[in-house]
Amino acid sequence: MDYILGVIAVICIETIATVGLAVFTGFTGLFSLGHAAFMAIGAYTAAILTYFYNAPFILALIAGMIMSGLISIILGFPTLRAKLRGDYFAIATLGFGEAIRVILENMSITQGARGLPGIKHYTTLPVAIFFAVLVLWLTKNFIWSKYGRNAIAVREDAVAAEMAGIDLFKVRMLSLIYSAMCAGLAGGLFAHYLNFIQPVMFTSILSTRLTSAVVAGGMGSITGPVIAVALFIAVPELLRVANMWRLVAYGLILVLIMIYRPSGIMGYHELSFEAIKNLLRWISRGKTAGRKEM
Amino acid sequence: MLKVQNINVYYGRIHALKDLSIDIDQGKIVTIVGANGAGKSTLMWTLAGVLKAKSGTMTFMGKPYPPNAHEAAAKGIVLVPERRRLYANLTVKENLMMGAFLRKDHEGIKKDLYYVYSLFPILKERTNQYAGTLSGGEQQMTAIARGLMSRPKILLLDEPSLGLSPIYTAEVFKTIQEINAQGTTILLAEQNAKKALEIAHSAYVLETGRMVLSGTGKELLSDPRVQEAYLGVRHKTI
Repeated sequence: MDYILGVIAVICIETIATVGLAVFTGFTGLFSLGHAAFMAIGAYTAAILTYFYNAPFILALIAGMIMSGLISIILGFPTLRAKLRGDYFAIATLGFGEAIRVILENMSITQGARGLPGIKHYTTLPVAIFFAVLVLWLTKNFIWSKYGRNAIAVREDAVAAEMAGIDLFKVRMLSLIYSAMCAGLAGGLFAHYLNFIQPVMFTSILSTRLTSAVVAGGMGSITGPVIAVALFIAVPELLRVANMWRLVAYGLILVLIMIYRPSGIMGYHELSFEAIKNLLRWISRGKTAGRKEM
Repeated sequence: MLKVQNINVYYGRIHALKDLSIDIDQGKIVTIVGANGAGKSTLMWTLAGVLKAKSGTMTFMGKPYPPNAHEAAAKGIVLVPERRRLYANLTVKENLMMGAFLRKDHEGIKKDLYYVYSLFPILKERTNQYAGTLSGGEQQMTAIARGLMSRPKILLLDEPSLGLSPIYTAEVFKTIQEINAQGTTILLAEQNAKKALEIAHSAYVLETGRMVLSGTGKELLSDPRVQEAYLGVRHKTI
């Protein structure tokens, strides 16, 4: 039972990072292959504060978020100002992610590649769930605000959005900072959940998983990526008995999603009580009702 | 109203606009004619603030030019880009409302919505249809209408006749004149030189990034060089 609760906690933590990235990739349309770095920054900042300075947990989390946000400005300012598009931006973030990891491996306060053992266990399951729900709620409001609308307009057609008077740089920068802060929060929770962090945990594999969860869940959906994250974590865990097949399952899920739901599990839509009701009605009526919500 | 003096625009090392100057008076239709790759779109992008001139001066209403595209849009310089760039997944009305993005006067927006519907009655019929499902001509009308929804001082139209049937082309040109009659200054970049010159108060001919000719629309229409290069008229060589 503890084991299942543990998996749920990890899902909640990764949900936070993914939902943040969903705002950036799914709603602004820029791909990042370096968001693990923001998780690492948040994790190390929070962990160092509680480990060396005995700071309160909540303050450490906030410090991690702020640190991630500030460093995202350093990444975003030159790249977004230059209006790097698609692939070029992705490569820039890939380099950034690796650079951060190498820096962490060579700093003395992070204890290099040995990592930080013995971080206090502050992240319990209720804490993880609380923050996941909080971030989901904040993100929903962010998307429905004028900033979210701007972001969607930019994703759909950057030029047309600019012609309508939307400041591309501001919209992209804001969503990058938001996603970095979410990743930072997730990192802080992660460090205090595992009680141990080392730079190797935050390689591009983690970045790729976050981005693929957003794409597989549906660009332009918040709940879709959450479902995808849950799948990506739960299915390999279920297959722990068949050790070597776990990564195959991960790949298989991705391929199946690409074939059967090319615009992501949820596409542009959200999973809501309304949508579930409609789905049930649709099933009971025998395919006569519209499939609009799904 | 809009003055451009000796600007040079580059794509990397490619020199796209060379020492180009134009002068657009308020309330006029100004046409830029030129072949493919002459720099018409580059000029449009530069005026809309997306591209930046390396040298030269640009002023708008006597003031320095807004440095960014979104600021240019806020100042009333609005580009209807080539190939329309509508939001395919939004309805016609939602697309039009995107044009009014920066405006806060709800009454005025409503009035302008009526105005563009009166200019393009077909859009009223299509108001709840997705923009991606419209025909090319209807899409172009939506794009122009979206530009108008921001109440521009100057409307930059990049190839509005691109991919349209002759009937739609005639209709679009007629509407451009109507919009101009309401007081909006228009800069028109066109390959359809004859039609564009016919409605122009003044016009420029662009060739490989240089302004080679300028004059009133009529003057250029009767200029033998223009006739030969763009209007398909053969002059007998003596």
